[in-house]
Amino acid sequence: MAPYRARAGAGSRATARGAASRRRRRLLALLLAPWTIGVVVFFGYPLVSIIYLSFTHYDLLSAPRWIGAANYAYMFRGDQQLGQAVRNTLWVLCILVPCQVLFSFGIGLLLSRARRGVGLLRTVFYLPSLTPLVAAAMGFLYVFNPGTGPLNRILGAVGVDGPPWYTSPGWAKPSLTVLAVWGSGNLIVIFLAALLQVPRDLYEAADLDGAGPLARLRHVTLPVISPVVLFAIVTTVIDGLQYFDQAYVVSSLGNGGAKLDDGVLGYPEGSTLFYPLWLYQQGFRYFNMGYASALAVVMLLVALGISSAILLRSRSFVHQTGGTGR
Amino acid sequence: MTAVTVTAPRRRSRRLLAVVAEHAVLIALGAMFLVPLVFVVATALMSDQQALTGALIPHPVRWRNFADVFAQAPILRYLLNTVLYAGLATVGMLLSSYPAAYAMARIRWRGSVPALIVVLAMMMVPQQVLAVPLYVMWAKLHLVATLVPLVAPFFFGNAFSVFLLRQFLLTIPDDYADAARVDGCGEFRVMVSIVGRMAKPAIAAACLFNFLSCWNSLFNPLLYVGGNPTWWTISIGLTQFKSLHAVNWNLTMAATVVFTLPIIVLFFFAQRAFVEGANLTGIKG
Repeated sequence: MAPYRARAGAGSRATARGAASRRRRRLLALLLAPWTIGVVVFFGYPLVSIIYLSFTHYDLLSAPRWIGAANYAYMFRGDQQLGQAVRNTLWVLCILVPCQVLFSFGIGLLLSRARRGVGLLRTVFYLPSLTPLVAAAMGFLYVFNPGTGPLNRILGAVGVDGPPWYTSPGWAKPSLTVLAVWGSGNLIVIFLAALLQVPRDLYEAADLDGAGPLARLRHVTLPVISPVVLFAIVTTVIDGLQYFDQAYVVSSLGNGGAKLDDGVLGYPEGSTLFYPLWLYQQGFRYFNMGYASALAVVMLLVALGISSAILLRSRSFVHQTGGTGR
Repeated sequence: MTAVTVTAPRRRSRRLLAVVAEHAVLIALGAMFLVPLVFVVATALMSDQQALTGALIPHPVRWRNFADVFAQAPILRYLLNTVLYAGLATVGMLLSSYPAAYAMARIRWRGSVPALIVVLAMMMVPQQVLAVPLYVMWAKLHLVATLVPLVAPFFFGNAFSVFLLRQFLLTIPDDYADAARVDGCGEFRVMVSIVGRMAKPAIAAACLFNFLSCWNSLFNPLLYVGGNPTWWTISIGLTQFKSLHAVNWNLTMAATVVFTLPIIVLFFFAQRAFVEGANLTGIKG
């Protein structure tokens, strides 16, 4: 910087360069201005705000009242339903998300090896992920309806007594997992694209070394596509953490058509009361904004913990996104 | 030597068997993926009695269900609201996110890596975390129960779109832009007409994804316009439709089809943009 400035008065070329860099900086500011405002107003401000609000009692009508750590104390001791919400969300993270990832990876792997009809099959697997979550959940509520739904009729016709699916506490989460796996076509497309980019000669080399299919997967395929897999896992886990729409539809409509804003979410028997639904219930039905903020702070910490735990394990990730990757 | 020549045909036939088995698995699973869609569409064409019988083929085919859906609920209004919301949000997203992505991918400055980290962090934070203060903010501005809280944030950049566009902009070679600069083209024009033209697939994908995610979203519409039926989007309208017509599965499924069909049609018209976009979000390794 300094040498340029020193020469600035001397040559017209240097002045031109100074003007150009000024113009460049102005352009940069112009391009980034809306985004920067967005970061401050819609990201920075609410982040700081939930931390403050989490130490207050706030119902939107009167000003927030400082109550210290009482909200957190209530979270860890008093809140009876929070435990259930946490367990349900853990279920999503430990069972639903792995099911989605493993299934999508398996289908992607099969599609990458298929010789014919890849385009058509890819469309077939992708299509369900396009159906709006609310529509998909409605469709599944009908198809999996234990009394009159087509699925249990078919199961009955072949002599299987169909389970009660979305209407029983034990079956509700597995049924939601079926819905989630059905709708994970974008993961399949992502995995497929990555798998098709693995250089062929790597496989040939592995074959020459006498590697079996599993060794090939572990030592050739996975290392090459690991950035893609990592990113997909992180986003899927974060989606799992904020799992809301499907559960909302199932729990507010599964019980034979309750009104939109009726009662406590989580039908049947709180089995679909996931953490975000509890946050929603506390914040926007009971208007316990302070307590909902405390729930949000914990959720934020968990989200940050999970994503940094996954991302930091692979330091190459940032370099890959930095554009120096292939 | 002889051992190899003996086993070769056997190995080939085993490999053929594996290929056939893999295709069979794919086709079976693909069929299972389509079955729910088929059931939904079939039921949408049945009478309400037949919908309860678990029959597969509608008899007689009742196209009137769709007319009934529009007659019994202001579906058209919901559709218009949703188009307005998703359309405006997408325009706003493009106006704010493309320049930001351009600045991060194609202009050298010290902040480009920190900016990327901010973008990634914004993608990682669940939407419910920020919901309370934002709701309070819009409530204080007396804008809850309008579309403003849903649309306005998109005019200030959307992290996912910035990321997607940035990933693509990095892959565009500098030659054309440099040539244009030598010809005296300003950086702004380079961004809009030179690089912008080459980034068309990514821009199309970003717009599509943005439109879709608005079209499908439930959480934010529920928060901001859930209490005001004039601005209900189709996703809220659909959940409410089911509660009004609890037993009429045929009408509920017809409404579901009305909700989904535009997206499926859009997909078949813009299939390439979809696939391109999905690949971009996966970060090329």
